[in-house]
Amino acid sequence: MQDFSYVSAKTVPEAVALLDENGEKARILAGGTDLIVNIREGRRDVGLVVDVKSIPEVNVLNYDANTGLTLGAAVECYKTYAVDAICDAYPGLIDATKIIGGTAIQGRAGVGGNLCNASPAADCIPPLIVLNATCVIAGPNGERELPVEQFCTAPGQTALEKGEMLVSLKIPAPASNSSSFYLRFIPRNEMDIAVVGAGASVTLDAAKQTIVSARIALAAVAPTPLFAEDASASLAGREVSDAAIDDAARAAQAIARPISDMRGTAEQRTHLVGVLTRRALNGAIQRVRDAA
Amino acid sequence: MAEKKEYKVIGTRPIRHDGVDKVTGRALYGADFQMTGLLHGRVLRSPHAHARIISIDTSRAEAYPGVKGVVTAQDLPEAEDRVADLGEGAVNLKYLCDNILASDKVLYKGHAVAAVAATSPHIAEEACTLIDVEYEVLPPVLEVRQAMEADAPLLHESLKTTSMGEAADEPSNVASHIQHKLGDPEKGFAEADIVVERDFVTGTVHQGYIEPHNATAHFNQDGQLTIWCSTQGAFTVREQVAEILQYPISKIKVVPMEIGGGFGGKISVYIKPVAALLAKKTGKPVKVLMNRADVFEGTGPTPASYVRVKMGATKDGKITAAEAYLAFEAGAYPGAPVGPGAMCIFAPYSIENVVIDGYDVVVNKPKTAPYRAPGAPNAAFGSESVVDEIAEKLDIDPLEIRLLNGAKEGDRRADGPIHPRIGCIETLETAKAHPHYTAPNGKKHHGRGVASGYWFNIGLESSVTINVNSDGTINLIEGSTDIGGTRSSIAMQAAEVLGIPAESVNPSVVDTNSVGYTAVTGGSRTTYATGYAAYEAAQDVKRKMSARAAKLWEVDEDNVQFADGEFSCINGKEEQISFRDLCARLGETGGPVVGSGTVNPGGAGGAYATHVVDVAVDEETGKVEILRYTAVQDAGKAIHPSYVEGQIQGGAVQGIGWALNEEYIYDDEGTMTNASFLDYRMPTCLDLPMIDAVIVEVPNPGHPYGVRGVGEVPIVPPMAAIANAIYDAIGVRMTELPMSPDRLLKAMGKI
Repeated sequence: MQDFSYVSAKTVPEAVALLDENGEKARILAGGTDLIVNIREGRRDVGLVVDVKSIPEVNVLNYDANTGLTLGAAVECYKTYAVDAICDAYPGLIDATKIIGGTAIQGRAGVGGNLCNASPAADCIPPLIVLNATCVIAGPNGERELPVEQFCTAPGQTALEKGEMLVSLKIPAPASNSSSFYLRFIPRNEMDIAVVGAGASVTLDAAKQTIVSARIALAAVAPTPLFAEDASASLAGREVSDAAIDDAARAAQAIARPISDMRGTAEQRTHLVGVLTRRALNGAIQRVRDAA
Repeated sequence: MAEKKEYKVIGTRPIRHDGVDKVTGRALYGADFQMTGLLHGRVLRSPHAHARIISIDTSRAEAYPGVKGVVTAQDLPEAEDRVADLGEGAVNLKYLCDNILASDKVLYKGHAVAAVAATSPHIAEEACTLIDVEYEVLPPVLEVRQAMEADAPLLHESLKTTSMGEAADEPSNVASHIQHKLGDPEKGFAEADIVVERDFVTGTVHQGYIEPHNATAHFNQDGQLTIWCSTQGAFTVREQVAEILQYPISKIKVVPMEIGGGFGGKISVYIKPVAALLAKKTGKPVKVLMNRADVFEGTGPTPASYVRVKMGATKDGKITAAEAYLAFEAGAYPGAPVGPGAMCIFAPYSIENVVIDGYDVVVNKPKTAPYRAPGAPNAAFGSESVVDEIAEKLDIDPLEIRLLNGAKEGDRRADGPIHPRIGCIETLETAKAHPHYTAPNGKKHHGRGVASGYWFNIGLESSVTINVNSDGTINLIEGSTDIGGTRSSIAMQAAEVLGIPAESVNPSVVDTNSVGYTAVTGGSRTTYATGYAAYEAAQDVKRKMSARAAKLWEVDEDNVQFADGEFSCINGKEEQISFRDLCARLGETGGPVVGSGTVNPGGAGGAYATHVVDVAVDEETGKVEILRYTAVQDAGKAIHPSYVEGQIQGGAVQGIGWALNEEYIYDDEGTMTNASFLDYRMPTCLDLPMIDAVIVEVPNPGHPYGVRGVGEVPIVPPMAAIANAIYDAIGVRMTELPMSPDRLLKAMGKI
């Protein structure tokens, strides 16, 4: 491990200036559960670590039933499931924050860091996509917003430009008769990275029989997490049925372009996209129906 | 000899002597070792699976600030191409040295090439990147059957197959071929009404001990070398280091620190000689630690294998003949555990006609090391799957067919030995009567499987010294690394002899200068053999104490009797004194009492196990869940039942990992792509039910208390038991390990 400098930034402009000045050599430290490991293992050549945990904006956790959720980029996973209203509004996100690492890791790691690490297998990203999350990004030229499905560009690569940082995520308030679900397939019951992950959100009509809209997203089947746009659109207006869900699952499989690696084979992953898409959709629908 | 009888200490469950220090974090492990002026070593490892070393230039590393010394194979004494007996089996010295630091060729990704000592671990790591090694990359051979082909790339130009004592003319990757034959297999198969023959493949798996290898070495000014390390046997470290460095054993002291697991993987040395070389070069103490990737890539796993089993039986279930072909991957240098595999494969059965062929084959993977019953699980996966299939085809209960053919006292194993009193039938009967086996099993995609296993266990040398304290306690000095609670199981045997509580024994595992020679903690021998030595040492103490009582009472020694912790006089005098009270009077009766016991016992009784498992298979994902697991095993006599149960549970769990997910995954170039605990998928506590350990006690006539080794046999049955359960659940016979979700999906035709 090589020596690196460390700065605890106190404001967004200070952090942005440091990132702008140091370019690729600077990395943001929030939870650190990916960064520290990557530095120690020599996978990232880092000259400056910019700790953002003291910046107020990245620690915001604010839920409003009308306007939705603002989730600061450094908010730890455990804080998301400590708030009942957040659990009720975004169960699909909580499915993810509860399975990232163990309890100790969830005390450090956060949704924002999981997104910025840009792993194709990141558990938080499919739920963010299906929940229509927006990234709030600060940079040398001020603030901009980006739909979360456009944030990751390649494994470990994001849409952040030189000097930019993720400040927070905004998730709209859930529509009535809607819910979300995320699951992953791992060969064990913990300690694994998703072989495939699938998230789904659905909004049903008042009778809870017809799908008004749905969103499906996938992890670990492409260089970035994927928004399964056609699969999602195929469900709008259809009655809840095995046929509708099977059609969506097949459409989701059609966009998967997985690789074979030590975590699974391409054929296995494509197969699992179908299985998990069905299970995610059925899980979300069941949650809508179970709600009072 | 050993009959069932009542004991005071044996069979109870006292708190282990090392327990408090371990659970409070005070126990000192190798990585905890500190010393003034300590340097930190780091090993540079080969990025290639097979390459010739053209040159190594260490000058840039040596010039790096903070670097105090760099070593390569050039720093090792010239190794002779001869076989050295290292107490745990004969080893070719050239191979042993080349595995420590590669001289002419690297034979696996992770093979040590050079090492650096520096003032900090980070500097040592950086300096490794400044060592310039020029390689001529060669094609690797990564699979046993591929390695056996005539045109396969050769690892060793000088290696020629030894087939039953005769060396071949042409070089080959097949180091040796063994054969065991019993009766007339051809005739036996002709008598069979049904013959089942199947091929099996098993993956490379690692012991997965939590604590990585570590070593700190220091040379005193007078040339005395001390090594503090994690090892299963301080004396074998001393022997291996002496041979590798060509240094007298009298000048080497090995201090065993606490050990964080070994399972066979901490018998071979890797970084201990390297730390010593660096210490010699720098004149400072040098500590070398492995990280997890080093452990996976640079230490010995247990081999992948190709196994073919053919068995024949009559309609009523009598097995008439058995044949096995075992091809095991040795890794980079010869020495796969194919011999033990051949010894164990059909040992649960009484079969008259058997032929077993075994092949030890080198491939471009780390040299294999022992792992819990080495070789037996690979073999049993095949044989126990075939027995299950025969039972199914004949519509006979799988435990019934095992009982019908079960091995008994007086039966001959195919490799020669005749079984003494063994507990094969008793374990099968116990499993059959267990509520798990009799419980209904009818749910869709749920299945039940059974399998048996055998391990022969070993004896070897052990020494124990007992120093008697004036307060009635004893200090028990031994040389067996305590991995699974053996301080207690050894102490309890001495306590039983002397009629004192287990808590009155202070057991210490000491360095090689402080106790008589003691072989490794391995082969399930420690509670058996070192326990036996403790028994002998306690008998010695008893004799000497009796003499003191005789002196006190002014009678002949013959007139003193010892029972239940009391010495008494049997010649009419009404004298009596407790062990404890006599301890206080040693000064006045002749001075301290020290007892010693040394053994090399030949009566290590073999151990049998039968496991029953229920699984649920997710047909859509191929994932197997272990619902219920019962492991029945003959322990001979369980000295401390909790630690026997712990061994049974641990072995079963490691077998579950081997069965379902554990394997070295390689790319085409021979790089292991999952060299971390994240991707080398050992089971976690969330993947397992409570393992129900059931102890059967058929005393071993070769031990005063009837002890049989218990540590290894529980890893033998799980793979076949789970495969048989999967078949029961979904009707698919899995013949390749691990039975991971993708393989199940393929076998079910889903992908």
